[in-house]
Amino acid sequence: MVEVAFFVGAIGALGGAIAVIGLRNPFYSVLALVVHLVSLAGLFLLLHAEFVAVAQIVVYAGAVMVLYVFVAAYVGNVDEPLWEPIPGQRVIAPLLGLALFIELSIAVLGTALTSLESEGPTIAAGFGSPAAIGQLLLEDFLIAFEAASLLLLLAAVGAVVLAARRPDLDDQGSRQEAEA
Amino acid sequence: MSATTFGWLILAFPLAGTITIGLTFKLLSARTAGWIGTGAIALAFLSAIGALVKLLEFPAEEQHLTDTLYDYGGAAGIPFDLGILVDPLSVFMALVVSGVSMMIHVYSVGYMGGDHGYHRFFAYLNFFVFSMLLLVLAGNFVLLIVGWAFVGYASYALVSFWYRRDTATTAGMKAFVINVIGDIGLVFAAILLIKELGVTEYLAVFEQAPEHFTTNEWTIVAICLLLLVGAFAKSAQIPFHTWLPDAMEGPTPVSALIHAATMVTAGVYLIARTFPLFGLAPTAADISAFIGLITLFLAATVAMVVTDLKRIIAYSTMSQVGYMIVGVSIGAFGGGLFHLMTHAFFKALLFMGAGSVIAAMANNQNINDMGGFRKSLPFTFVLMTVGALALAAFTGTAGFFSKDEILGYAAERGGMYWAFAIGGYIAAFFTAFYSFRIIFRVFYGEKCEEAQELERGQLAHGEPVNPHTGEREDNEVGFPGEDHHIAERAWPMRVGMAVLGLGALFAGYIQVPGVDAVLENFFEPVFEESPLYAIVPSTLHSWIGLGVGSVLSILGISLAYYLYIFAPGSTDRIRERFSGLHKLLFNKYWFDELQDALIYRPVLAVGHFANDVFERYVVQGIVVFFRNGVGGLGDTVKAAQSGFVRSYATLVIAGFVGLALYFLITAS
Amino acid sequence: MDITWYLVLSALLFAIGAVGVLVRRSPLVILLCLEMMLNSANLAFLSFARSLGDQDGQIMALIVMVVAACEVVVGLGLIVAMYRRRLPLDVDEVRGLRG
Repeated sequence: MVEVAFFVGAIGALGGAIAVIGLRNPFYSVLALVVHLVSLAGLFLLLHAEFVAVAQIVVYAGAVMVLYVFVAAYVGNVDEPLWEPIPGQRVIAPLLGLALFIELSIAVLGTALTSLESEGPTIAAGFGSPAAIGQLLLEDFLIAFEAASLLLLLAAVGAVVLAARRPDLDDQGSRQEAEA
Repeated sequence: MSATTFGWLILAFPLAGTITIGLTFKLLSARTAGWIGTGAIALAFLSAIGALVKLLEFPAEEQHLTDTLYDYGGAAGIPFDLGILVDPLSVFMALVVSGVSMMIHVYSVGYMGGDHGYHRFFAYLNFFVFSMLLLVLAGNFVLLIVGWAFVGYASYALVSFWYRRDTATTAGMKAFVINVIGDIGLVFAAILLIKELGVTEYLAVFEQAPEHFTTNEWTIVAICLLLLVGAFAKSAQIPFHTWLPDAMEGPTPVSALIHAATMVTAGVYLIARTFPLFGLAPTAADISAFIGLITLFLAATVAMVVTDLKRIIAYSTMSQVGYMIVGVSIGAFGGGLFHLMTHAFFKALLFMGAGSVIAAMANNQNINDMGGFRKSLPFTFVLMTVGALALAAFTGTAGFFSKDEILGYAAERGGMYWAFAIGGYIAAFFTAFYSFRIIFRVFYGEKCEEAQELERGQLAHGEPVNPHTGEREDNEVGFPGEDHHIAERAWPMRVGMAVLGLGALFAGYIQVPGVDAVLENFFEPVFEESPLYAIVPSTLHSWIGLGVGSVLSILGISLAYYLYIFAPGSTDRIRERFSGLHKLLFNKYWFDELQDALIYRPVLAVGHFANDVFERYVVQGIVVFFRNGVGGLGDTVKAAQSGFVRSYATLVIAGFVGLALYFLITAS
Repeated sequence: MDITWYLVLSALLFAIGAVGVLVRRSPLVILLCLEMMLNSANLAFLSFARSLGDQDGQIMALIVMVVAACEVVVGLGLIVAMYRRRLPLDVDEVRGLRG
């Protein structure tokens, strides 16, 4: 049963990933990533990480992807030209990816990780539950928690600054203003 | 004050003079600078007299006084110190140098009046006298080389005094280069001495040399030959003589001082000073004497033919210095040095007179244009005649006694040295001829335009031109300018000439054979070790020699009288008949052309090769190779900065892949 | 199901994300592939958390999510700014910093 669930999730994740890099239209890529994220959330559930799985769906697939959808809609469809300016990139990139995968697989499957053959220790009840996560966040990882919130603030401010409309520099914005 | 203190003072006064004039020239008026310079030399002369007096208080064996101002403690492995040697030879040279220089300074105060570089002239002149005194007073070979080099520089500075004149600067460079060749010889000799003996101080060297070297061993002969290279370059002996005639480009007082009385005698001094070394290498001494003989003969022949007044006197100097070299090389030290002194007097006097004549001729130096100045330049005429008589070794003059002392010694030594006596007497005949050639051509004969003008009271003025090339000049600093002074109108010139004239007439009486031997006794402490010094011609032989000399001198003067006054125009006919010989002599035996072809052109070719081939291809090639290499490296690295983000990402991923590979390999 | 499956899946997803970053030219898609790489790391963290019985891995995954969110925000802001200034939305065209 678990294996079936794993394979369903894995195929979904892999399919979404390949679709992200394969599809021409960026809007479709965004949607493919949503599928990928939801599949991953399923896998997280299999790993007894309930809170993280829900956070993945609510925050990642819900908020971050919605942001992506907005921007993709705003920017519109940009056709990527077929011609590759960097010589050899189309050959090197897949090769490097393959090499990366093989090396990581060797690392994983090599003798150094034999301890992973078993299922691991029996885990307590409430492993991965919101209560347990919350307790860890507020006790052991308080500084990380606070730092993360600071980082969010910085990112928000940065985004506002970056995307702010500047009348002297913007062509798009000033034209819209003139039309309005 | 001791003799050595006076010795230091002799050096200090001219040095102070040059520094004072050099630093304050903007503040002083011209004449003041001149008198300061003269005063400095006068004080040096007085110090020399003081040194002489103090020296004579010592008994003969002890008349070698040394004093050290600073011991360099064997710096660079060479043991030397800042030390002087006060003995009869150096005091004699100091007296001659400072005395004659004093008179020349007085003369220059008048002669150089109005020149834009007046202060510079006296600063240089004082520096020259300082260098020469340093040379003669030095107590070790290193200080000698220092003085030697300073003298070379001072001569360069003074010959090219009118620095905007191309011929003058070329002549200055020529003098300097040939002097440097001599310096090299001297330095190598010193190096060999240090290598062999390990000491540089004169007294130590002369003491150890007889023990260390056997007679005519090749090392000592080599040392002496190298010393001769130095001596001949300074004293303008063949083959290093070509700078002297060209050096007449300098102002006349410079010619008088440097090229008559002092610098050219430095070689003579050197050979006299290092006589123990030459005593151990008789081969070198004989070579030296023969070169001196050849020079004195050839120079005398050329002097009979050239037409530039100062050049005649220059070749005469070369010839007379040849006599001195012969003298000190064959052992007539006293005679050679005596001739040095008398020559200083009459040659400087002749140059001074020539300066006056040239000034009257508005800087034209060609004797073909001169004539009949007897009435218009009476003072110059009288004194130049005195000088010419002394040069011609006329009976009773100073030159008479000094020249015949050398030749009498040569005859006394016998054997092959008779060649020197005979050659010397023949050249004496020539000398008498050309000295009166000057007098008769310049002061007798048809009056030239300038003479006529001067009789009317008007000093001739010409356009400022280069006397040799005829190039137009102007009257600003760096050229002679428009002022020229004749002796009749400038009293300092007359004072200088008069004192030297008295010397030329009466200085000979200190060494009359059979009557007194002032110099011989004076020099005894220096030269007594040399067996050659003991050879003294008997009084009878000396008087025979003097008689022969008188006869030759009178014959020479008479020949000149006949050719120039009795039968004017006969020299033109002689020139036509012997045109080949005349050409040879007029072109100075083509020595300049020979040196040009043998030395100058090959060296220039090497230089051109070095520049065109070696510098351009090898050196530049190496530099360009490295430049291109570094540039290429930079270009390669620049290629990685493409601006493509995806390339950068590729590199990151590739790097990570490599790193992971490394860890995988090391972990397995 | 032992952990190696999840880890190999994570490695595969990471590699696919890397290839996507190198091959695609639209900045939007590159950011998406970057997200994918981050998520594969999250998967690895959670696998190890499960295998070691330690919830620190899950906390780590949460923090990674936060960081990813911030990065997306800034990246998208950049894309919007590029679009506003009429720059071509192509990472190969925006190469003013070439050396």
